[in-house]
Amino acid sequence: MTKFALSPEREKHVEEILARYPNPKAACIPVLHVCQEQNGWISEEVMQFVADRLSLSTAHVKGVVTFYTLFNKEPVGKHQVWVCRTLSCALRGSDEILHHCENRLGISPGQTTKDGKVTLRTAECLASCGTAPMMQVDKDYYENLTTAEVDRILDRLVK
Amino acid sequence: MLRQTTYLTKRYGVPEGWTLPVYERDGGYQQAKRALSMERQALVDEMKAANIRGRGGAGFPMGVKWSFMPWPPKPEKPHYLVINADEGEPGTFKDRTIMELDPHAVVEGCIVGCYGIGAHAAYIYVRDELHLSKARLWGAIKEAKAKGYLGAKPFGIDYPVEVYVHTGAGAYICGEETSLLNSLEGSRGEPRLKPPFPAQAGAFGLPTTVNNLETIAAVPTIMALGGDNFSKLSDLHDQKDGGCRLYGVSGHVNKPGIYEACVGLTLRELIYDLGGGVKGGELLAVIPGGSSCPLLRPDELVDAPDPKSPLHRWHGKNVLDVPMGVETYRALGTMLGTCCAIVMNDKTDIVLAMHNLMRFYRHESCGQCTPCREGSAWIYRILERMAANEATLEELDRLHEIASNIMGNTICAFGEGTAMPALGFLKKFRKEFEAHIRTKGKSSTGRLAL
Repeated sequence: MTKFALSPEREKHVEEILARYPNPKAACIPVLHVCQEQNGWISEEVMQFVADRLSLSTAHVKGVVTFYTLFNKEPVGKHQVWVCRTLSCALRGSDEILHHCENRLGISPGQTTKDGKVTLRTAECLASCGTAPMMQVDKDYYENLTTAEVDRILDRLVK
Repeated sequence: MLRQTTYLTKRYGVPEGWTLPVYERDGGYQQAKRALSMERQALVDEMKAANIRGRGGAGFPMGVKWSFMPWPPKPEKPHYLVINADEGEPGTFKDRTIMELDPHAVVEGCIVGCYGIGAHAAYIYVRDELHLSKARLWGAIKEAKAKGYLGAKPFGIDYPVEVYVHTGAGAYICGEETSLLNSLEGSRGEPRLKPPFPAQAGAFGLPTTVNNLETIAAVPTIMALGGDNFSKLSDLHDQKDGGCRLYGVSGHVNKPGIYEACVGLTLRELIYDLGGGVKGGELLAVIPGGSSCPLLRPDELVDAPDPKSPLHRWHGKNVLDVPMGVETYRALGTMLGTCCAIVMNDKTDIVLAMHNLMRFYRHESCGQCTPCREGSAWIYRILERMAANEATLEELDRLHEIASNIMGNTICAFGEGTAMPALGFLKKFRKEFEAHIRTKGKSSTGRLAL
């Protein structure tokens, strides 16, 4: 089993995070984010690493990882596309946006394209109700979407 | 009454409006400096006079909340200020605009808030998805620190203040204050039993005040205007619901977005004057302040013959013409929530709308309490059947039962947040639900989108 370790820059980032809190346990979620940024997902080794680094039990870390939607429990594509489908977005056509993404990518929500480039997901409200329909691609929001705009975005991703 | 203001949105749309030079041009950080030289009690009194009700949904008076903190703070028991910017309620998107477009107001509010409650550190809990919000807040903190407004001696005054951004990892329940605290402490975001309340044992087991982000961002405005003047901006000043606030409107309207106005705006003004009117048809229903608030129908009239009722002034009038306030909306049998309305036109299938929202609640129940975990899933399963035209009238009644059995039987308000809107849908659209079942879906429009 390969042992997980953070790059020196990310290790420095962890030190900065730890300095913000009165105890290391509070750094659990931010440190998991840093690890996921490097590894793409939270593997058993990553959980072990975080537990050791913050003096927590692996059971605690596992409990945290499985509770939150944004921690990937398995490897994901290079890009992640989240289509919001909660009510405000649904009223403005998010179903059409989602179906369009499914057809274009040939996958269902939760799946990754064969070339490993894109993982498609549905989101429950991304606080963008006034600019619906919308989707999040990696760290960016795309709002007031049309299917033509979705095509342009996906073209860039699968290139 | 529609009175638009720009206290909270002055820098929205201003180039580089989120940077320190723009904020300082508008008198930024003068109020924080002044606050740090005030007596603590005078500061809390100013906030009480402002009658600002928490903007996160529960509507608790902020000044009163600050005054609950044990005083004076004991050196071995530091206090904390925690800002709730989790913003996951469907229909609600106001805090995000503040973080992106006016982050310095948040940082300045945090300095005043820390002093007011005796804390030296503030954590702003932001949901992880909001990458731009986090970047803008960190940017503002960095700028303020470089100028000496934060740190060991803000403005040269011996009262250390640090502000940090803490991120979650995707869980709506973390907007509930005690599960937010668990999440801040590095655990699963499961709500805690109250009491103890956060003012006794909050973050890290220490006295803590949790304020909504919009509430804290309004603090510099309150200081600049004076508490009493701020309160009197509101039409509901006499109901201790003061100031101005952000209103959101989304769904089937022509101009969805965030608008700032004095407290006392009516739904009709929000939908027709600010939101540009209903898009694609007539108004069917509106969810007034985030999806946990039971919806209102445009044909409902106010029934408040009792002169003591906060609604008496509007007795016999249409519900859309009642000023949006914490007390008025509670009396209407709904909630003001976050003041961010979701509008549905008459082409909307009400079964599908409820199905959509109940999917959200099933997905977001933290799973700690059985009635909520099982109840939300059960409600959703029945609605799945209803949407597929397979449900029976008996199951419609069962929805009532399940929702009623969640009410009051859970640790936190998420259970009620699921059950109340569910019961609202069933009560106000009973005929439509029955017709849907009887006709096997033939009575429905079958769609949500325009």
